Amino acid sequence: MEAKRELLDLLLSDARESTEDIARQLGTDAAMVETLVDELESEGAIRGYQAVVDWDNVDESHVRAEVELNVELDRETKYRDIATRIAKFPEVSALRLVSGSYDFAVDVEGESMHDVSRFVSEQIAPIPEVTQTVTHFVMTTYKERGVYFGDGDDDERLAISP
Amino acid sequence: MTAGTGESEESSPLSQRARETPPSGIRRFFELAEEMDDLISLGVGEPDFSAPWAARSAAIDSLERGRTSYTANRGRRDLREAIADHVRRYDHSYDPDEEILVSTGASEAVDLAMRALVDPGDTVAVPQPSYLSYGPTVSFAGGEVLPVQTRVENEFALTYEDLERAGAEAASVMVLCYPNNPTGAVMTRAQLQDVAEFARDHDIFVLSDEIYAALRYEDDHVSIATLPGMATRTVVFNGFSKAYAMTGMRLGYALGPPEVIGAMNRIHQYTMLSAPTTAQFAAIEALHSCDDALTEMRQAFNRRRNFVISRFNELGMDCFEAKGAFYVFPKCPPGWEDDEAFAEALIREERVALVPGRVFGEGGRGHLRVSYASGMPELKTALDRIEAFVESS
Repeated sequence: MEAKRELLDLLLSDARESTEDIARQLGTDAAMVETLVDELESEGAIRGYQAVVDWDNVDESHVRAEVELNVELDRETKYRDIATRIAKFPEVSALRLVSGSYDFAVDVEGESMHDVSRFVSEQIAPIPEVTQTVTHFVMTTYKERGVYFGDGDDDERLAISP
Repeated sequence: MTAGTGESEESSPLSQRARETPPSGIRRFFELAEEMDDLISLGVGEPDFSAPWAARSAAIDSLERGRTSYTANRGRRDLREAIADHVRRYDHSYDPDEEILVSTGASEAVDLAMRALVDPGDTVAVPQPSYLSYGPTVSFAGGEVLPVQTRVENEFALTYEDLERAGAEAASVMVLCYPNNPTGAVMTRAQLQDVAEFARDHDIFVLSDEIYAALRYEDDHVSIATLPGMATRTVVFNGFSKAYAMTGMRLGYALGPPEVIGAMNRIHQYTMLSAPTTAQFAAIEALHSCDDALTEMRQAFNRRRNFVISRFNELGMDCFEAKGAFYVFPKCPPGWEDDEAFAEALIREERVALVPGRVFGEGGRGHLRVSYASGMPELKTALDRIEAFVESS
């Protein structure tokens, strides 16, 4: 169990590490790492592997918005039903039920503000249970999934020290 | 002084002590490393992490509130209380008023202890390989260094036999440094019991440098001071540099019997007055809230440790399983006897800096000190370069 948790930490910090290097760090062999990864995947603990992209450094326009969504439930409709419907849109990159003054936090991505606005007004707002949407366009991303987007600090340590 | 003729010994303004202090054994490698581009250094004796943000924030806050005056000679009382509380995890029990001294790095405390305990002509047993500063501090106090070689067969743990072989019964003071720089060696309770027995048998006072106590990877740290009859004949050194990545803050502490700590404080009050105030505020916060950061750093170090040990052994460079600090101590690969020649060729040809083992004492000959206080990407590249070098040489 502990090895599995450590493996998860390693993959969280760098999912592209080679199986051999992961095995060396965990003090085990590559076959064992493969087994643990398979288990994590089949248990649903690992749902995917993705790059952390800083779109400011990609030569195309990319817009993201965080949309607050209020919904009204009835006897037949539960949060899960609404979520299933919204999650199907490829424009929706994240969907969470949250506590507080609104119900769902939805991340929407598109090529332009116009694309995103149109998606929200034409696809999300008309859903019968949705009573209100508030769209916040992301202006600058400083940190994403633990990765800081600024310049790294130089290593100022002495090259050799006792 | 006569111009142009080179100064004779008589004309130098320097004291005999200064003239006899040799340059540090790492200086030559430092100079080689300094002139290299694209160098990866595994020769660094400090963590690559920064101090936990909460500790840095406490330091900033103290500055904003203008808390820049001296503290009590022994250090702020709330810090000494926090230290007394913290070291209970190692089964220590020290009175913050009389048995704890906050110093400018553990280094200052080592120097103070030598001056408080060593008279001219006294013998101080110094196990080697070990950190470079013990010998010079013995000399500054007028003492004689008695090197005690530890051996790779014992994974560089100090044994009763090592001490006997070196004639350490003549010593009045003995240094102990575990987890060890440069070998990464640790000592178990049973091994420490032998050393404690030797110290009791021959009435030797022990200076135990435990600066790497928080960095043990397979079991808990045991301090020799907690063994029967040892608390009264041991000063323990620890600090914030290695555990909390606060090297530049210069803050350490000594734990020991009131008489010795009191004597150290008398010297400290004239030479240092008090340890840096800003660092003391950072340290209080580190002890109060940074255990999680410490655990994370230790986990990261442990993965790197596993990685480098496994890589060196794959390369045919025998590397025993060092269980502490952030060093491993592999042997030079087959065909290379001379650690200094190997390290120099490696830095010139593959731009990877390691420290030759002999710098840390004769017992280090044929070994290399490798610090894994670098990120995994650097460690991987460095090991790939070492592999290329070993295969081509």
